[in-house]
Amino acid sequence: MSAALQLIDIALRFGGVQAVAGVSFEVEAGDFVGLIGPNGAGKTTLIKIVAGLLRADRGAVRLSGADVTRQATAARVRRGLALTHQIVRPFRDMTVLDNVALGAGYRHTSSPLRALMHLDRRREYARAAEILAEVGLAGTERKLAGALPLGQMKRLEVARALAVDPKVILLDEPLAGLNQTEASKQVETIAKVHARGITVILVEHNLEEVMRICRRLIVLNNGQVIGDGAPRQVMANPVVHEAYVGGGMASHAEA
Amino acid sequence: MSAYEISIVSIIGINVILAVSLNMISGFCGQISLGHGAFFGAGAYAAALTMTGHGGVPLAIAAALVAGSLLGVIVGFASLRVRSDFLAVTTIGVNFLFVGFVRKQAWLGGEMGISGIPATGLGAAGNMTMILLFAAATIALSLYISRSWMGFAFRAVGEDEAAAATLGIPSGAYKLAAFGIGTALAGLAGGLYTFFTQFITVDAFDFIFSVMLMAMVVIGGIGSTWGVVVAAAGLTLLPEAIRFVNEYRLLVFGGLLVLVIRLAPGGLAAMMQSLFLAAPRR
Repeated sequence: MSAALQLIDIALRFGGVQAVAGVSFEVEAGDFVGLIGPNGAGKTTLIKIVAGLLRADRGAVRLSGADVTRQATAARVRRGLALTHQIVRPFRDMTVLDNVALGAGYRHTSSPLRALMHLDRRREYARAAEILAEVGLAGTERKLAGALPLGQMKRLEVARALAVDPKVILLDEPLAGLNQTEASKQVETIAKVHARGITVILVEHNLEEVMRICRRLIVLNNGQVIGDGAPRQVMANPVVHEAYVGGGMASHAEA
Repeated sequence: MSAYEISIVSIIGINVILAVSLNMISGFCGQISLGHGAFFGAGAYAAALTMTGHGGVPLAIAAALVAGSLLGVIVGFASLRVRSDFLAVTTIGVNFLFVGFVRKQAWLGGEMGISGIPATGLGAAGNMTMILLFAAATIALSLYISRSWMGFAFRAVGEDEAAAATLGIPSGAYKLAAFGIGTALAGLAGGLYTFFTQFITVDAFDFIFSVMLMAMVVIGGIGSTWGVVVAAAGLTLLPEAIRFVNEYRLLVFGGLLVLVIRLAPGGLAAMMQSLFLAAPRR
């Protein structure tokens, strides 16, 4: 069986900065991978390349064996990839329910002509309500997405990603900006997502949570993979340790 | 009805088609176009050439639709490449280019325009009825689109293209669709205008006219079909009813536009909603 996600020698330069410098790895279906690294390591850039929001200078991205390097984001999403944005971007003028239902109707919206032929939204609303309950947003359906507090917006991002029935989900700092209670609720939700058999790739600064829930850690530094393996093993690696010293995260690694 | 009343109702019908079709592009899909007059003009000239070539009314209507949407899809491709504020500037440029181009073309009548266009044979009242039927069909299509998944996806693309893409919505295809449909209808309006006047000059399709159409959309309420219909009818009648408004047309429309944007960004539609409905709904 081929890997759920394969990155082959991905590189991207922004002006004088080599943001990603030849990254290759595979993620098996059903795995739970934490992608970590100091600020500016290239994590978000890499995630955006995988999602098709940025185009790499070289390298290839494969989803379940299919080369999607030249495909647009929407096409990758229809192939089973979902992502949440680091900075939340809900459709602020739509209700919470509409935000999720729009994702749940991804089969209708795959082309404008097909979208024109479909009126009924009942099934997608029902599905959206289920997902909202799953991520702990039951009761917010009729609110405008723009009126939600940040903690709920972060969960709405996860709900929207789930709505497109993903096989692989990329979570870009889903805990950033949340307080401890909100963060642990969000972690619970992410664990549930993984328990459903979805492959999870989590970019996160909160090392404590990452160490707790991920099965495998990939560490980026200066756009390169400097560590890859079981979390404790990776954090014990002197090279990884070195990258974090001065970043204020070394103590977490030893914990 | 008097000949005057028939002509007023005909112009209202044409302006309703134009404003509602512009609302599909700028209101539903968020692509600000300030060159709608060019697509209107393309349709008008296509219909005029077809009629003077004895192509008949159905062919002239088809030609108007095709001419409008052809130019529209070309501009739509530009919308894939530029940010929304640059798109507004690009469409202004397209409008000026259209007017400048037509002025220099002998086969399009140049400065003098095209006159002596054969009549449809329906008479003034018949033309008016045809215009009203097409206006009704345009409104129906607009209402249908806004209820369909296409309208749903348009709203997403208009608000945040990247976020729409992460929900599997191919934003570019939707922007092209919005331009294709909206400008085809503008072309249709151009064809109907040709039937109505039997004489066209390029001045009727200039940038000022495009801005007036955008004023109708904004004052009616961006994205609201009925709001835009009411504004298009009202702003067409206003200069006829009040002499002062006719003399200071640009001043009055510009002033209204600024007032609405400043005080009631949702336009007439939002004002009606807050007056009569407890909860905001689209």
